[in-house]
Amino acid sequence: MTRSKEKPTEYNKKMGFWERNRLSGGYVLKRSATKCGISIARFILLFGLCFLILQPIFNKISVSFMTEADLYNPIVISIPEHFTTDNYKLAAELMSYSTAIVNSLVISLTIALLQVAVCLLVGYGFARFEFPLKKFWFACVILVILIPPQTIASSLHLHFKFFDILGIFKLTTGSTVNLRGNVLPYYLMSAGCMGLKNGLYIFMIRQFFRNIPVDLEEAAYVDGCGMLKTFTRIMLPQTKPIIMSCFLFAFVWQWTDGFYSKMFLGTTKLLSTGLARLVDSLGAYIQRMTGTLTTVSIAYSNCILATGTLMIIIPLIVLYLFAQKAFVESISTSGIKM
Amino acid sequence: MKKRKKYEGLQLRKARAGYLFISPFIIGFLVFMVKPLFQSLYMSFCEVELGAANFNPIWNGIANYKDAFLVDPEFNRLLVEEITRMMVYSLAIIVFSFFMALILNQEFHGRALVRAIFFLPVILSSGVIIGLESNNQLMANLANTIEQTTEGVSITAALEDILRTSGVGVRAFETVFDIIDHIYDVAIASGIQIIIFLSGLQTIPASMYEAADIEGCTKWESLWKITFPMISSLFLVNWIYTVVDFSMRSDNQVIEKIQKVMIEQLRYGPASAMSWVYFLLILAFIGITSLVISRGVYYYD
Repeated sequence: MTRSKEKPTEYNKKMGFWERNRLSGGYVLKRSATKCGISIARFILLFGLCFLILQPIFNKISVSFMTEADLYNPIVISIPEHFTTDNYKLAAELMSYSTAIVNSLVISLTIALLQVAVCLLVGYGFARFEFPLKKFWFACVILVILIPPQTIASSLHLHFKFFDILGIFKLTTGSTVNLRGNVLPYYLMSAGCMGLKNGLYIFMIRQFFRNIPVDLEEAAYVDGCGMLKTFTRIMLPQTKPIIMSCFLFAFVWQWTDGFYSKMFLGTTKLLSTGLARLVDSLGAYIQRMTGTLTTVSIAYSNCILATGTLMIIIPLIVLYLFAQKAFVESISTSGIKM
Repeated sequence: MKKRKKYEGLQLRKARAGYLFISPFIIGFLVFMVKPLFQSLYMSFCEVELGAANFNPIWNGIANYKDAFLVDPEFNRLLVEEITRMMVYSLAIIVFSFFMALILNQEFHGRALVRAIFFLPVILSSGVIIGLESNNQLMANLANTIEQTTEGVSITAALEDILRTSGVGVRAFETVFDIIDHIYDVAIASGIQIIIFLSGLQTIPASMYEAADIEGCTKWESLWKITFPMISSLFLVNWIYTVVDFSMRSDNQVIEKIQKVMIEQLRYGPASAMSWVYFLLILAFIGITSLVISRGVYYYD
């Protein structure tokens, strides 16, 4: 006992586990047992929760390959008896997938780019410049985050139905312009930072800029660089991570958004609105095929819905696999604090 | 005189540049937010008549509000239900995400994978998809079948029965069971909150825990005395984010109701009145709760 205290490291290496345990009076065993117990409990908990999150996706995948007969078969639970890809064909036809995916891609990409570009400017302005009423305008940003778009939806609806800029159109053509169902208003709104969750992007970008030291910009000013040039030459190259993450969020949220799409892009075929209408269009389709008024069974319509949902999220899953780090790290690096 | 001096020379140029930088926001805010906001406030006091080329609101006082509260059969019920649901779930989400962040902050194999899986719902369950998820009958049928075939042997059900028959605090238990039954909803709504908590946890210096450990502090004590105060400001952020996120979800019944009144029935006045009631309630809720929370926030520096 006394010798082990003199040269503990040398003896610890040579001693077996039980020897050390005996010397420590049972402490080593107790500690490793708790460690083992904790990691087993943690594994069970995390495995369960991960399964919980992933299970609906697995379930959709298995259901999407089943025929209608399989759905009613109580023996078939996850592996289809009659393997089929008909569900995919039908869902693709109902959502007009090929046109919708191109439309969604174009709109999501352009909207996301526009929103990120504008929010970047605004966020930089809030982070770096001192000007009168700055606090007031920043409070407005917070307000934009807090106001549900549904509150102003009804009047925006009318605003764009009878669109006019200071009465110019009414003077020249005699009537206002109906911009509803047109893509233009949404681009205008995005250019004015009023798109989907844009307040949040401004907040995140401002937070990011505030964490970058000012020295570099001051050096640029001293060397005679203008404000805009400083922004594009000095600041922009440093902001890749936040641009990346805001872009990804804007893209993904626009891709799945139902509210703004339904409101402004009603006539454009999009994946998100197509999915929302999928069950109705399935009913109409079956009615057209059979020529009689029938209600579609819940199981079958859910099966088609699952297939449609999968078809929407597959591009997103692929995107996430590649850009997972950008998504997750962005939030932690932007250092959201109050 | 002093105030004028503040914005001169470079200062003035910087102030001007600042305004130029945020001008898109100002224009957008004035055109697409302030105007519709006031218009919808005005419309909520009006009966809106839709013409072919224009619309004319006719002032009729608080009739729309009376209509929403006293005449409409669902609105009151939906509002109360939705706000209680929001309170309970936001609380559950905060607790859950704090707990998950604590676990994910530990060292173990496959941590990156688990983290990626927990963040997945942020991407996959947004927008239209979440609304579809909640009424999936097929899944419910499947769950029923499984439950019947296994003859209801489940620990949770037994535990539920015991606690229910004990007769103490039945209402509270019911709420807890409700949350446990909807743990999926809680899990998929807490992706961003977990990440925010995680980033906060990683900023706490390890030396603090070490010092506490040497002084004889147990893990449990250091959780309450170090971890909790150090990331308390993030509770506020997460709380606000959760409530806002919850109030705007597309499967929200109040919002569905408002949209139904507006788009299908074309009754703009009542729809505006309802959305204003909802918005003000949410705003008051956020204001009061964040005031309460911010009293308990501890700032280290």
